[in-house]
Amino acid sequence: MTGEYILRVEDIHKKFNDREILRGISFNVKKGATIVFIGPSGTGKSTLLRCINQLTEPDRGKVFLDDEEITGCGSRISGYRQRIGMVFQNFNLFDHLTAVENVEIAPIKVRKMKKEEAHAKAMEELHRVGMADWAHHYPAELSGGQAQRVSIARCLAMDPEVILFDEPTSALDPELTREVLEVMKDLARSGMTMLVVSHEMGFARSVATEIIFMEGGRIVEQGSPLEIMNNPKHPRTREFLGRIEHT
Amino acid sequence: MDPITFLTQILAPALWKGLIVTVALVVLTAPFGLLLGTGLALGRQYGGRALSTACSGYIVFFKGCPLLLLLFILYFGLPSLGLTLPAFTAAVIGFILCNAAYNSEYIQGAVASIKDGQMTAAQALGMTRAQAIKSIILPQAMRRAIPGLSNEFIYLIKYSSLAYMITVVELTGAAKIAATRYFMFNESFFAVGIVYLALVTLTTYAVGRLEQRVAIPGMGVKT
Repeated sequence: MTGEYILRVEDIHKKFNDREILRGISFNVKKGATIVFIGPSGTGKSTLLRCINQLTEPDRGKVFLDDEEITGCGSRISGYRQRIGMVFQNFNLFDHLTAVENVEIAPIKVRKMKKEEAHAKAMEELHRVGMADWAHHYPAELSGGQAQRVSIARCLAMDPEVILFDEPTSALDPELTREVLEVMKDLARSGMTMLVVSHEMGFARSVATEIIFMEGGRIVEQGSPLEIMNNPKHPRTREFLGRIEHT
Repeated sequence: MDPITFLTQILAPALWKGLIVTVALVVLTAPFGLLLGTGLALGRQYGGRALSTACSGYIVFFKGCPLLLLLFILYFGLPSLGLTLPAFTAAVIGFILCNAAYNSEYIQGAVASIKDGQMTAAQALGMTRAQAIKSIILPQAMRRAIPGLSNEFIYLIKYSSLAYMITVVELTGAAKIAATRYFMFNESFFAVGIVYLALVTLTTYAVGRLEQRVAIPGMGVKT
């Protein structure tokens, strides 16, 4: 049972002050799967992603990467984070570094790769996301879509086994959203395992292997895009989908 | 003695010697003041409660202690505890201790101004906190701290004259000795004022060049 999943999340709970954000989240992720999390704002989707790579420490529950428990692993977490990439809503590119330096810094500092090798790898990843021509530009000189594509390249340069996308297109206008979604679709097709918090239903329909609808810190419903989008069982899922279709 | 002879034969050579001592005081103080200031800032920002409190205590103490008093303690006070420091060494130590306290305030402000997302992204890539601070946070924060640090550097040039109070004959001391001996106060202090002005102007220019050099394109730093 366990070996077929690259990532297992078991009964994650998280409270901030007295507010319970996650109330027992469990799911499994198969290698190459694309899971899209949808649900109202403040429902704990981003916190859940941050609990997976331990940027936020869950109060209870376990996360396993390839059957190795990463919750409560102390300083070894840096090693696991190298295997779980993350893409942020606000890109979080390093402002003082050019695009290519942003991509090569982690391989150099964390994986101790030689500078030339890391540079070649960085250029390869920038090329993959269509940003090779912008390699020597600084983040402040890039559009939101370009910055997000660089941040995806930065993630890919570490050869992650799973990538967490935390609302990667929420800060972008529709035109820029499209260029980022194209890169993500290519990634999904290439077999990358992806967990995506997003309300891009077109993306979810065409790429997701599973959609998880969350509300109030719980998973309300999960299933294939066809099941969730065409035939949602739970009334809250129906209501939510109805609402976002009209926006 | 006529003023021209005094300025060229007496004052100029004396000020030159004094200038060398002033520059030595500043050059020896600044790097260690910066290093200690950075350590204090990071200790306060990222250290645990004990380290953070210790750093804050240091800063409160040395910001509150008049520099002259500190120099007196180091030079005149420590010998009674069995530790005698040469005047120049006592001055440099006093300046470093004081300079670091003020530098740390500028650096900590700059570190705190770096968006949380920078640290988060670095850690998400597998960097440890120390790696993230060294490679991501400090390079950005130091750029932002340059204007404050340069002010402190200019203060250092000027308050280095306090070293004379513990017998280090630096620029002001050299002028004072020449002025007293030849009773030419206006000429001496006007001349030394010009030397300080030149030093500060040079520093201001150099800092401007440095800011341009390390400016991040697109980040709105004036060029």
